[in-house]
Amino acid sequence: MATPASIRVFEHELLKYRRAFRGTLVSSFLNPVLYLAAMGVGLGGYVAAGKGGAAASAALLGGVSYLAFLAPGLLASTAMQTAAGESTFPIMGGILWDRTFLGMLATPIGVVDILVGKLLYICLRLTLVTCIFFGVMIVFGAATGPQAFFAIPAAILTGLAFAAPIIGFSASQKDPSGFNSLFRFGVIPLFLFSGTFFPVSQLPGFLQPVAFVTPLWHGVDLCRTLALGTATPIGVLVHVAYLVGVAALGLVVASIALRRRLRQ
Amino acid sequence: MADSSTPPLIRARALTKRFGAFTAVDAIDFDVAPGESFGFLGPNGAGKTSTMRMIACVSPVSGGELSVLGMDPRADGPRIRARLGVVPQQDTLDQELTVSENLAIYGRYFDLPRSVIRQRVAELLDFVQLSERARDQVEPLSGGMKRRLTIARSLINEPDLLLLDEPTTGLDPQARHLLWDRLYRLKQKGVTLVLTTHYMDEAEQLCDRLVVMDKAKIVAQGSPRQLIEQHSSREVLEMRFPVGVQETLDGSLEGLGDRVERLPDRVLVYAADGDAAATAAHERGLRPEMSLVRRSSLEDVFLRLTGHSLVD
Repeated sequence: MATPASIRVFEHELLKYRRAFRGTLVSSFLNPVLYLAAMGVGLGGYVAAGKGGAAASAALLGGVSYLAFLAPGLLASTAMQTAAGESTFPIMGGILWDRTFLGMLATPIGVVDILVGKLLYICLRLTLVTCIFFGVMIVFGAATGPQAFFAIPAAILTGLAFAAPIIGFSASQKDPSGFNSLFRFGVIPLFLFSGTFFPVSQLPGFLQPVAFVTPLWHGVDLCRTLALGTATPIGVLVHVAYLVGVAALGLVVASIALRRRLRQ
Repeated sequence: MADSSTPPLIRARALTKRFGAFTAVDAIDFDVAPGESFGFLGPNGAGKTSTMRMIACVSPVSGGELSVLGMDPRADGPRIRARLGVVPQQDTLDQELTVSENLAIYGRYFDLPRSVIRQRVAELLDFVQLSERARDQVEPLSGGMKRRLTIARSLINEPDLLLLDEPTTGLDPQARHLLWDRLYRLKQKGVTLVLTTHYMDEAEQLCDRLVVMDKAKIVAQGSPRQLIEQHSSREVLEMRFPVGVQETLDGSLEGLGDRVERLPDRVLVYAADGDAAATAAHERGLRPEMSLVRRSSLEDVFLRLTGHSLVD
């Protein structure tokens, strides 16, 4: 009978999201359209005609067009960015601005319930964003077969691997100035250099191991191999285990940081 | 008043709150009886809010004993909180939601069924006179309206114990009186109120019994009347002298009343008969710019007990 406390926190998020809903759907649709048109189709044309010709670039990209190569990587990156957005300012707002978390904590709701409720909402946002993205991929002809659908849950997992630790980071910040650094030195470099736009093998040798430890590279490679049908069981297992591990660690860090901040 | 036959709703013994090396609440003892209206009076930083946060089971107890509704906050936090209503010092309303949505979602935090919530939201909006604003967003509401909404929200679970942390700080007089009236009605209905304030008039209006806190300790307790009787005289003569004169008055003030208190801007003479003290002052040749006789208040009690005034 009783509704779990985290679901009641999630209900609050839904009530708020009802207002922002339309706006987020429009941007969730426009974002992939613009990127896939400019980078996938536009820039992709140059990639095919580039050094060594179409054969060389196709070999580097694994025998597919640049558009088909780019789209699943961009899907994973988009999930990361959505998760980062929802795990920074809204968390600080709940702690510091309208202090809704403090209101919740005066009721039977606990710190972990708030964290889980927030993550459920982020999960919902990720589901909407990735499904719309996938629809755009189909329209662009960037989804090469039915197996590509598995890139959606992979991208959601990627987003969650970022959401939990970033919530922990946000809970430890006194003011939002740290978020600039997080995006400038974390999110954007990952977006650019984790294999979204070009294979990590193109990076200088000493940077390649760095790419392999970033969660985004695992997310990008998981989405891409699933989408292109080149995934191996061992590869999927390693990527999923890595992302689940980061998410689980993030959950622990976030609950400690939130408790320290909210239960003084 | 506390009745020895009913167990207290709140019982604190040597209750202590520390933040690192700083002691915010230093081994205080108090009981709150069911149906009582109990106040913590003291200046900012006296430890009132820290005490309230421990009672509300949001801040862990650093030392001593605390029982709330017969339970231990350490073990039964969520079960205690389910029966509390909390009005925090700063509003925690969701500014993006409407007035009635704020109440409804708060009801959901207590896992109340939607049908119950619908009925209570209507009743509570009526109680705090916000029915006409039910569908408005919270953000543009006045401070007084937000406070009323916060009070309505704290009542959504029909709490056994209502905790109010400086409920009227920052409100204009009209808004304060409306709030006091609502709180007085709750008290009449038998809701136990625990409030903190640094306003003397608020404590005198609302509290059956109160403790005076200063620098993390309780310095006195009793009903407002008892405190005034014990720690002050019946009346007070206030005199204000032209600039520079007060400093020259040394011997001439002594013995005018039971006690003389010199504040930077005026002199207070504590006496059973204020008018007699004023006459005596006139006979001694004192010519204050302004002089008035008033009844003694909690402000005087506080000044007597701590040696400093309440609002710096």
